[in-house]
Amino acid sequence: MTASEDLRAGFHLAQFNVGTLRYPLDDPRTADFVAALDPVNALADGAPGFVWRLVEEGQADATGMRPAGADVIINYSVWESPEALWDFVYRTVHLETMRRRREWFERHVEAHLVLWWIPAGYVPTVEEALERLDLLRSQGPSPRAFTFSSSFTAEEAAAHEAAAHEVVDEEGAAGAEPAVL
Amino acid sequence: MEDIEAVALLQDPVRRRLYEFVVGRGREVGRNEAAEAVGVGRTLAAFHLDKLVDGGLLEAGSRRLSGRSGPGAGRPAKVYRRSGVERGVSLPARDYRTVAGLLAGVAERAGLDREVQEAARREGAALAAGAPCGDLDALAKVLEERGYEPVREGGAGEAREAGQGGGGEVLRMRNCPFHAVAEGFPPLVCGMNLALLEGLVEGSEGVRVRMDPRPGSCCVVAEPSKNNED
Repeated sequence: MTASEDLRAGFHLAQFNVGTLRYPLDDPRTADFVAALDPVNALADGAPGFVWRLVEEGQADATGMRPAGADVIINYSVWESPEALWDFVYRTVHLETMRRRREWFERHVEAHLVLWWIPAGYVPTVEEALERLDLLRSQGPSPRAFTFSSSFTAEEAAAHEAAAHEVVDEEGAAGAEPAVL
Repeated sequence: MEDIEAVALLQDPVRRRLYEFVVGRGREVGRNEAAEAVGVGRTLAAFHLDKLVDGGLLEAGSRRLSGRSGPGAGRPAKVYRRSGVERGVSLPARDYRTVAGLLAGVAERAGLDREVQEAARREGAALAAGAPCGDLDALAKVLEERGYEPVREGGAGEAREAGQGGGGEVLRMRNCPFHAVAEGFPPLVCGMNLALLEGLVEGSEGVRVRMDPRPGSCCVVAEPSKNNED
């Protein structure tokens, strides 16, 4: 295993995206989307490289959680690599629901999907997902919050974080170590 | 190597047949297999195949063709497959990709998926007016001309095992003619492509198209429509 593969094995990719519903989930105009939820989630759970997805307690998915707004549904998952996530999102029947997104969701004026690296085994929180999305929206892509088209490697994220720590150490304010990159 | 030099490599008829053979197989091809298919000696085939690798048209790898491993398995054989690098020559110089990427980006941000799909459906129907695609064979011919590289796949058993329903054969496309733009905006461009193909088969009772994305190929398949009424 090379140093880079070794580093990569220690990290997983977190994915968080938001979508503003045009109509409520129980509206007939959203019925096809709702019908696709269970099969597509099952497909994700069995997809190569899938690690974790957010599910509301006692529910099959996270569509009832609305931390970003009453009509904004969230999708939150962790993958072994960007390639695994890409292949699931765009190279499975999931693409069929993406193709019809404008029937069910408002167009996004701001970034709606954010990616970042986390230590393998760590279960990320909704709060930090919202922070990462805010970071992407306010400062553009960085190793701490990026997109498919502006991707960063786990190595780049680690280097970025190490550099940030050095600055903190020099200022004598070390100790506030973040749990994730 | 510049694009024009890479493309010029195919002027040699043997080299061109070798290239087309490797591309047509859709998998890794060994030197012996390629030489036999084209009807030249192994050494000559190897020379030309390596020229194509130098030009970035093919990629070389190594594989134990015997399926054995460990001592006695022999040296891995050199194998070839099509390169992911795109080569294009336009005289005079044209740059439609930049235009396509810019327009796709604007359509993406404006949320114009459905408008794009509607335009693509009309375009497909207009294309079909000149070359009707009433069955799988006719559609395959049109798709071949448009660069999709259609191949027939799936006997009855294979499709059923894969959970595809139907049970009949499908036409799968090895090449996405819109690859670079589709990678940048998959839902927009793949949705446009599906609508274009829907337009092509519109009004036909013999064939239908649907999305069935797989890694490394076009996301649409075509199939005889009678297989989908069960």
